[in-house]
Amino acid sequence: MREYKPKGDVQAKAYYSDRFWVAPQLPTFSVDSDEIFAEQSKKINENFEVIKEYIQTGHLVVEVKAEDNKDAVAFFKDELGYNFLMEIAAVDFLEKRGVFEIVYEMLSTTTKKRARIKCCLRENQALESVNDHFRMADWSEREMYDLSGVKINNHPYLKRIIMPDDWQGHPLRKDYPMIGDEAAQWYEVDKIFGKEYRDVIGPENRDQARVDRFDTQRYSKIKHEVPKGAEFSDTKTDFGDYQEKDGVFLVTKLKKEDSVQLKERR
Amino acid sequence: MKQQVNRLQPFFENVSFDRDDNHMVVNFGPQHPSAHGQLRLILELEGEEVIKATPDVGYLHRGMEKMGENMMYNEFLPTTDRMDYIASTSNNHSFALAVEKLINVEAPRRAKIIRVMLLEINRIISHLFWIATHALDVGAMTIFLYAFREREFVMDLMEDYCGARLTHSAIRIGGVPQDLPEGFIESMDKFIKQFPIDIKDYEDLLDKNRIWKMRLEDVGVIDQEMAQSWGVSGPALRATGFQWDLRKESPYEVYDEIDFDVPFTDSCDSFGRYKLYMNEMRQSIKIMAQCIPLYEASEAGVMAHAPEYISASKEEIMTQNYALMQHFVLVTQGMRPPVGEVYSATESPKGELGFYINSQGDPYPYRLKVRAPSFWHTGLLQDLLPGHQLADVVTIIGNLNIVFGEIDR
Repeated sequence: MREYKPKGDVQAKAYYSDRFWVAPQLPTFSVDSDEIFAEQSKKINENFEVIKEYIQTGHLVVEVKAEDNKDAVAFFKDELGYNFLMEIAAVDFLEKRGVFEIVYEMLSTTTKKRARIKCCLRENQALESVNDHFRMADWSEREMYDLSGVKINNHPYLKRIIMPDDWQGHPLRKDYPMIGDEAAQWYEVDKIFGKEYRDVIGPENRDQARVDRFDTQRYSKIKHEVPKGAEFSDTKTDFGDYQEKDGVFLVTKLKKEDSVQLKERR
Repeated sequence: MKQQVNRLQPFFENVSFDRDDNHMVVNFGPQHPSAHGQLRLILELEGEEVIKATPDVGYLHRGMEKMGENMMYNEFLPTTDRMDYIASTSNNHSFALAVEKLINVEAPRRAKIIRVMLLEINRIISHLFWIATHALDVGAMTIFLYAFREREFVMDLMEDYCGARLTHSAIRIGGVPQDLPEGFIESMDKFIKQFPIDIKDYEDLLDKNRIWKMRLEDVGVIDQEMAQSWGVSGPALRATGFQWDLRKESPYEVYDEIDFDVPFTDSCDSFGRYKLYMNEMRQSIKIMAQCIPLYEASEAGVMAHAPEYISASKEEIMTQNYALMQHFVLVTQGMRPPVGEVYSATESPKGELGFYINSQGDPYPYRLKVRAPSFWHTGLLQDLLPGHQLADVVTIIGNLNIVFGEIDR
């Protein structure tokens, strides 16, 4: 029986894994270990249902419900003084847990602290746009929609940003192969020549060392050379030693039998 | 079957070029010399005035984040070169620093000092390229030649160290690949002495140049509110009166031991940003000069010792059996960092360059997101350009120092 390969996650995998290997965890600390964060966490807990909160690599990490994302970002901005939203990222956990983890990286220039708001979004759930509070979300959310396929509500101009508009699929999902899916591989052919032309071109061969010995336009077989584009021939060709009989101007004829092997370097 | 020309019609997303009103829609780029790469701007003009701008990016998309998820940490490092290709070392460094945070490894002191030197050399390379091309766009031809002459000298320094001039890969996870070569300090010292005079030359050419001033002053005004909303960083943020530099505010490597200023201005316009770039180059020189005594006082050793994650030195690999085995495992299988997330930001010449890495304990990052400053500097154009003249568009694009390698990734 063929080995079963999960289709939900086609990313590169380690070819060897120790059965007994337990991955270590990046240390997390309680929010009380930092004065500023402890105070902020108190305020957050009063206003939101906090699912998880901890400090990791100096960042305050707060997980809230996906419905609260916009309010949380606004709260961080207006009440806690996080005046910059630096990054929005979607992490695809569809295969493992059926959710996208949405990450908002925030920065406060007054306290010089960074915080990360996280929320878990189910596959068909739409995320509220935070464009009203941070204009940068306009492009971030477009990128998220384009590459991960996260649906955004109330976005001013939700359109693919990096991939072409008629692209199929979302490349940063785990079920999207690195070399592209079928639509991706035929994208130009379909667009320029039409779908019927796929048969004429044939499947793409990505083998870099591929040589077609019957293709005399691009390849020639040593000792079986034929003129370019002519019929492939199996009979041996003999060009001698590939040189004019009496040599050419200024070049004397090199004869193999006249060559001498030096005993030591001159 | 013949190629059908009509199928190749470009995909103009609801852009109607024939209009009844007086507005004209202009496609600026993606093959425009002052679009600095592959920027397509769809501009709606009323006479010469821009009334709507829609930047369109993605023409240089190579799927770096996807590649990052399919490559081991060390494999991915040379790929980061291709992001902000004007200053590759800053990308290498930002990525290496993020991974180091993840695996909790600190580079040895000498490596840190070398990193600071390289980063500042890179900042100068990038800033010189910026002033050269930006001035050329705006019409000051002379400065291009001067700036590229000096850039050659800095590139020689970079070449001395790592052998490459564009894609450096001059930093490794856990340190730097090698110690400084012989004669490096001397040639850097020579450059440090000469370069302030060259900067003075540029300023003499531009500061009082009427055309330059006319085209830059009060053009592309980004105020503080807009900057915060758009996540603007780097010189563009500092020109709004924010004295914010990550090298100062959350020091990494040895920046906390070095005395330097963070130039800032509240002019908010393109001219203010130009002055900032000039002053930043001066500060870079100051930092480089301070690195020399630090370097001389430091102990040898440029790679961290963490056998679980980082290969031993070449010498050890060739002589010690266990080091060779470790190296073999690390090269074929890759390091397995702890489970967790890291967001690490550094001050690249363009602004805040951040790497968000989500690790699930595999040799491959589960998610690798790059926060490239230019991405939002380009998005900003749709709010910034309306109201400007068409000629100012070129100034603003050039002035924001956007590089498409890192926007499209």
